[in-house]
Amino acid sequence: MRNYEVTFIVDPVLSGDEIKSTAQRYVDMVADKGNIVHRNDMGLRQLAYPINSRTSGVYTCVEFECESVAWITEMELQFRRDEKIMRFLTVKLDKFGVKYNSDKREGKIGKVKRVVKEDKDDRDNRGRGRGRGRNDRGDRRRPQQDRRTQAPADKKAPVEAKKEAPAPVEQAAPKPEATAPATPVAAPVTPPAAKEEE
Amino acid sequence: MASRDDIKFLSNPNIGQNRKKYCRFRKFGIKYIDYKDPDFLMQFINDQGKILPRRITGNSLKYQRKVASAVKRARHLALLPYVTDLLK
Repeated sequence: MRNYEVTFIVDPVLSGDEIKSTAQRYVDMVADKGNIVHRNDMGLRQLAYPINSRTSGVYTCVEFECESVAWITEMELQFRRDEKIMRFLTVKLDKFGVKYNSDKREGKIGKVKRVVKEDKDDRDNRGRGRGRGRNDRGDRRRPQQDRRTQAPADKKAPVEAKKEAPAPVEQAAPKPEATAPATPVAAPVTPPAAKEEE
Repeated sequence: MASRDDIKFLSNPNIGQNRKKYCRFRKFGIKYIDYKDPDFLMQFINDQGKILPRRITGNSLKYQRKVASAVKRARHLALLPYVTDLLK
């Protein structure tokens, strides 16, 4: 058994029923020969560039598994002959693709983006943590013990935050006198750098 | 009053340092790159719609290849443009 995925774009100029029946025809064709895992009607979308002087299209994506492959070329031939189909793409899915699709159906995906966002939030927290470090400057001249008891409490947040990307600045954090002058400049500089990376 | 000991650097010593690039797919364990997700793929193309090189994105070779094929599939399906200006 192999997993495939076929995506095709139906001409949006047709009437609603015609669009549905055209899409259904190919979905049925797939269901006839293979086993449909999931059907995703992505609906009317704006095209990134005009195709046959159309600026939008109705996307349908069908994930299926099947044993033999010969009929797929036949299906593609039908896609080519059909004027109602603007584009199509058949892709073989590896095991990661299958897992990704099932995760996406269960709503687990989107985390991919959230991870990136958390990363950004962490950076913000880090900035705030450092800001507090700046305020701690006054304690510097107090006895050593006092500073040690205070410092861990304050630095907990940045330490948790830096799990993903430990920056040299934080490792220097125990010496506030070294980091403190740097912080006001460093805080605004880091976020644009992060954007560039993306 | 700031004594002389307080002033260690005239400028921020961290400014010149480059943040180490990393492959986000390896780091976050992303194994599959979906060609139907143009918003995600936007991160790997410039504002002309060209695929960004590895030296900028920091992707490992394995995932750069996957990104490239995903972008090309998305282009075929008109989810991403082949040529454009001011994409972002």
